Amino acid sequence: MTTIIESTKTQHQQRKWTDYFTFCTDHKVIGIQYLVTSFLFYFIGGALAEVLRTELATPEPDFITPFLYNQVLTMHGTIMIFLWIVPAGAAFANYLIPLMIGTEDMAFPTLNALAFWLTPPGGILLLLSFFVDGGAAQAGWTSYPPLSLVSGIWGEEIWILSVLLIGTSSILGSINFLTTILKMRIKEMDLHSMPLFCWSMLATSTLILLSTPVLAAALVLLSFDLIAGTSFFNPAGGGDPVLYQHMFWFYSHPAVYIMILPFFGVISDVLPVHVRKPIFGYRAIAYSSLGISFLGLIVWAHHMFTSGIPGWLRMFFMAATMLIAIPTGIKVFGWCATIWGGKINLNTPFLFGFGFLTIFTLGGLTGVMLSAVPFDIHVHDTYFVVAHFHYVLFGGASMGLFAGFYHWFPKMTGRMFNEFLGKAHFLLLFIGLNVSFMPMHELGLLGMNRRIALYDIQFQPLNEIATIGAYILGLSTLPFVINIFLSLASGEKVSRNPWRAYTLEWQTSSPPAIENFDGKPVLWAGPYDYGLNSEEFDFEKVFGDTPTETSSNSK
Amino acid sequence: MQGSAIQKSHETTHVHHDHRLFGLVLFLIAESSIFLGLFSAFIVYKTIMPIWPPTGTPELELLLPGINTLILVSSSFVMHKGKAAIKRNDVSGLKLWFGVTALMGFVFLAGQMYEYFHLEMGLTTNLFASCFYVLTGFHGLHVSFGLFMILAVLWRSSKEGHYTSESHFGVEAAEIYWHFVDVVWIILFVLVYLL
Amino acid sequence: MPVAASENAKEVDKLFNFMMTIATGLFLIVEGALVYSLIKFRRKKGDTSDGPHIEGNVALEIVWTAIPTVIVFILAFYSFQTYNKLGGLDPVNSRNVPPQQIAIDNNDDQIALGIGKSFGKEALQVNVQAMQYAWLFTYPETGIVSGELHVPNNQPVQLNMTAKDVLHAFWVPQLRLKQDTIPGRQSIISFIPSLKGDYPIVCAELCGPYHGGMKSVLHVEDQDSYEEWIKSNQPVQEAYLEKTLTVDDSSSNEKFLTSYIENMDTEKDTVAELTHNYSHQDS
Ligand code: HEA
Ligand code: HEA
Ligand code: CUA
Ligand SMILES: [Cu+2]
Repeated sequence: MTTIIESTKTQHQQRKWTDYFTFCTDHKVIGIQYLVTSFLFYFIGGALAEVLRTELATPEPDFITPFLYNQVLTMHGTIMIFLWIVPAGAAFANYLIPLMIGTEDMAFPTLNALAFWLTPPGGILLLLSFFVDGGAAQAGWTSYPPLSLVSGIWGEEIWILSVLLIGTSSILGSINFLTTILKMRIKEMDLHSMPLFCWSMLATSTLILLSTPVLAAALVLLSFDLIAGTSFFNPAGGGDPVLYQHMFWFYSHPAVYIMILPFFGVISDVLPVHVRKPIFGYRAIAYSSLGISFLGLIVWAHHMFTSGIPGWLRMFFMAATMLIAIPTGIKVFGWCATIWGGKINLNTPFLFGFGFLTIFTLGGLTGVMLSAVPFDIHVHDTYFVVAHFHYVLFGGASMGLFAGFYHWFPKMTGRMFNEFLGKAHFLLLFIGLNVSFMPMHELGLLGMNRRIALYDIQFQPLNEIATIGAYILGLSTLPFVINIFLSLASGEKVSRNPWRAYTLEWQTSSPPAIENFDGKPVLWAGPYDYGLNSEEFDFEKVFGDTPTETSSNSK
Repeated sequence: MQGSAIQKSHETTHVHHDHRLFGLVLFLIAESSIFLGLFSAFIVYKTIMPIWPPTGTPELELLLPGINTLILVSSSFVMHKGKAAIKRNDVSGLKLWFGVTALMGFVFLAGQMYEYFHLEMGLTTNLFASCFYVLTGFHGLHVSFGLFMILAVLWRSSKEGHYTSESHFGVEAAEIYWHFVDVVWIILFVLVYLL
Repeated sequence: MPVAASENAKEVDKLFNFMMTIATGLFLIVEGALVYSLIKFRRKKGDTSDGPHIEGNVALEIVWTAIPTVIVFILAFYSFQTYNKLGGLDPVNSRNVPPQQIAIDNNDDQIALGIGKSFGKEALQVNVQAMQYAWLFTYPETGIVSGELHVPNNQPVQLNMTAKDVLHAFWVPQLRLKQDTIPGRQSIISFIPSLKGDYPIVCAELCGPYHGGMKSVLHVEDQDSYEEWIKSNQPVQEAYLEKTLTVDDSSSNEKFLTSYIENMDTEKDTVAELTHNYSHQDS
C-alpha cells in the first residue's frame, strides 16, 4: 500500500513480487492475480481432464472407480468454467480496461480487490471437497437435483458455496467494469472510439449482472433442500426438479457468452494489430456483442429439449437459439475481412487468432445443429455435445485467451516471449485439440452418452484416439510454461509499443507504471487506424520513449 | 487509502462521488435479479401445482402483515424527509427522520418475527411454507441490512460536518436501498399474501 | 449415425444431412478465406508498412448478414417441419403436466410431456420405470413385467415413463428418440419401429456412478415371435416375478450387471409394488 502513496508521476516505480500476494487495489496487480490464479486452475482442471481421458481409454472402469470418476468430472467442468475461463476474462478486463480508456484505475478499487479475493477461497474450498465425507460433488457441473441431493451432501454443499463465492466475485467485478467503461473514459474518447474489447466487456458485464443472481437464487434454494430438508426441487416432497434446470440454465446459457464475449473482444483487438489493417465493420462488431447478450438471455431452454417442456416452447427456444448465428456470423465474417488483404505478421498471437477463428466456427456450427430440436433429441447428453462445447470453450475461448496472452505479454512484463516456443505451443494445441475432440462428434452420433466411466466396447477405438489427443494437449502446456519462465527471466526487453499498435495501453511504458500514464494520455488516433500514415509514423518518437527506460526494474 | 493517494498526485479525481451512486444502482439491478429468480420460482409453483397452497397449509393472517406493510411503505416517505433535510444542511432533521425510519424498520422486523413464531407451519411443512419462509426471510435479511445502513448514517451524522447539503452519499445510498427493499416487499406481499 | 429403426429416425437423419451440408459449406467458405489470406497476404520480410485502410463496406456487411438470416430461417422452418412430423406438437403428448397430479391419479389416458404422435388406445402401452440402475417395463394389458422391452414391428408403441429416484433418460439411438424420465411426473414417447432387430436402450441422464451401465435392450420382433414372448411370460406371472429381472437382464449385458447385482434386491420390492398397483387398477 505504501508504494502507492509514494509513487510520483516521474518515477517508474515497479511492483515488488510480494505485492501480488496482498490485498492490493491496483487494477494491474489484480489483473495479474486473476490471470495467474486462473492459469493455476487451468493446470489443475487440465490434469483432472487427463484423469478422465485415461479412464476412458478403456471401456471398463479400471483406472478410477465410477464413483470417483463422477467427482473428477464434476470438478473438471466446474474448475474449467468457474475458475479458468471466467476469471481469465476478468483478468484481461481488469488489466486492460483502465489502460485502454486512459484512466489510472477502476471505479471502485477496493471492491475490485475484494472481488478477486473471493476467488481463491472458492477454488481452494472446491478442491478440498475431495477430502470430505462422501467425496466431492458428483452430479456434474450442472448439479441437477434430485441426484445432487442424494449423493455426497457435504461435497455438494461446498460446491454450492464455492460457486456462490465465485458468482459474487463475478457480479462485483461486472459492476466495476460497467462503471469504469461508461463513466471514466478520457474526455476525447466516445463510445465509438473505444477499443472493441471494452464493448465486449460492456456486453459481458450486463449479462453477468442480469443472470448470475438467478443462479445464486437457484443454488440457495438447492442448498435449503440439501441442508434444511425443504423440497423446492425434490419431487419426493412435491418439488419440481425441472424448475431447477430452468433457473440453472437461465444463468448458464448466458454464462457461455460470458465466457466467449471477452475473447471476441480480445480477438477484435489482436487481429488488426498483426495484419496491419483496421477492423472491418467496427460498429457491426460492437453492436453484435449487445445482440448476442440480448439473445443469450432468451434461449436457455435449448439445454432442456428432452427434459420435458411443451412442444411450442421448444420451437420458440429453437428459433431464438438459431438467431444467435446471425450476430456471431457478422463477427466471424468481419474478422475474416479484416485479415483479407492485410499484411499478416505470422507470429504467435496471430496464429492463435487464426486458430480461434477456425475452431470457433466449427464449434459454433455444431451449436446451431444442436439447436434443431429433432436432432438435439438424438444427441443431447452425448459426446456430440461434449465435442461442441470443447470446440467453443477450448478452441474458442481458450484460444482467444492465449492470443490475448501472447499479445499483451510484452505489455504486462516488459519482455518479449520466445516466438519458437509460442509457435510450438500453438501447433501442439491445435493438433491435440482436433485429435482429441473431433472423434467425439462421431462417438455421440453413434450412441455414446456422456458422463460415463464405463462404456460399450464398440466405442473403444475412437476413445483411444481422443485420449491420445488429450495427451498431446497436456504436452502443449510444456512449451507454454517454459516460455513464460524463460521469457520472464531472459526475454528481450521491449519498448512501449513493440507491435506498433494504436490503442492507449501501448502509450505507456511496458510494464505500465503504477498509475498507468505519465500525465494525461492523448487520443491521437482511433483504435484501429492502420494504413493511414503510419508508414512514416515513428512510434518511438511520438511517445518519446526508448526501450531502456523501463527496463531497469521489470521483474 | 487508495483514493486519497490518488487525490494527492492527481488533480482530476473528484469524480468518485457520482460513480458510487451508479455502482449502487448496478448492484440493485443484480439484487432485483435474485428476487426475480425467487419470485419466478414461486409463480411457477403457483401455476403448475394442482392445489396451491397445498392442502393443510394454515391460512395466512392478513391483519398483522397488512399493518407491517403500511409501516414499511410509510417509512419510505419518512426517510425521504430525512434526505430533504440534509439537502437543506439540516443535520438534526436528518437525524430525526432517519431515527424514525429506523424505528419503523425495527417494528417491521419485530412484526415479522411475531408472525414467524405464531404461524402453525415450519420451514419444511410443505412447498408453500418453504417458499414463504425463504422469501420473507431473504427479504427480512435485506431489511436488516437497510436498517444497518440507516444506523450507520445516524452514527456518522453525529460527527460534525460529516454530511452536508453537498456531500451525503451515505444518506442517499441508504435511502435508495430502503426504497428498493420497500418495493420488493410490496411485490412479495401481493404475491404471497394476497394472490 | 447408427441404423435408423423407424421412419421418424429417417426424417431426423435427413435433417442431419441437410444441416451437415450447410455447415460444411459455411465452414469451407470461412476456412477457405482464412487459408487463402494466410498464404496470399503474408507480410514480406522487412516490410513495415500497413495494409489498406478499409474500415468496412456496408453492402458487403448487409450481404453477410442477410445470407445467414436466410439460412437460419430455412433451417428453422425445416426443423420445425421435421419436428411436427415426429409429432412434437401433438396436442396430447407434448403438453406439460403438473408434477403432483400424476402421483395422485395414475391412470392410463392422461396427458404428459414427451414426444411422438399420440396413437391413443391403438398403441401398445408399456409403462416404464427407471431407477438406479435399471429399466423396468410393465405391460399393463398382460401384466408382464420385464427388464427388457419387446415390441412388435410396425406397430405403434407408447411408453409411459417415470422414474423412481433421480432423473434418467430413455434413449434408443437407432430410434433417434430420447426423453428424460422424471420422478413424480410422467413423460411419454411414442414411435412405430420399422426395422427388426435388437437395439440398446441407454440411460442418457447422469444418475449416479453406474449411469454408464444402466442399459437394456429393445427387441423389435415380428408379430409371431412377439406373441410367443408374451405367451411364454404371461402365465407364470407371479411365480416368474422373482426371475424376471435376473433372467432377462443377465442376457442383456452380463458384464455390466455383475458389478451391481446387489442393487437388484431393492428392485424386487418395486416390482411387487408395481404389480400390486396395476392389478388394483384393473379391478
Ligand atoms: C463458449 C461457450 C459456448 C458458446 C460460444 C456456445 C455457442 C453456441 N451453442 Fe453451445 N454449449 C456450451 C458452450 C457454448 N456454446 C456448453 C458448455 C454446452 C453444454 C453444457 C452442458 O450440458 O454441460 C453447450 C450446449 C449447447 C446446446 C445444448 C446441447 C444439449 O445439451 O443437448 C445447444 C443447443 O442448442 C447449443 C447451441 C449453441 C449455439 C447455437 C451457439 C451459437 O452461439 C454459435 C454461433 C456461432 C456460429 C454459428 C459460427 C459462426 C457463424 C457463421 C459462420 C455464420 C453463418 C452460420 C449460420 C448461418 C449457421 N450449445
Ligand atoms: C473451458 C472449459 C474446458 C476446457 C478447457 C476443457 C478441457 C478439456 N476437457 Fe473438458 N469439460 C468441460 C470444460 C472444459 N474442458 C466441461 C464444462 C465439461 C462438462 C462437465 C460435466 O459434464 O459436468 C467437460 C467434460 C469433459 C469430458 C466429458 C466427460 C464425460 O462426460 O464423461 C471430457 C472427456 O474427454 C473432457 C476432456 C477434456 C480434455 C482432454 C481437455 C483438455 O483440453 C485439457 C488439456 C489439459 C491441459 C492442457 C493441462 C495439462 C496439465 C497437466 C498434464 C498437469 C501439469 C501440471 C502442472 C504444470 C502443475 N472434458
Ligand atoms: Cu439412469 Cu443414467
Ligand atoms: Cu446454451
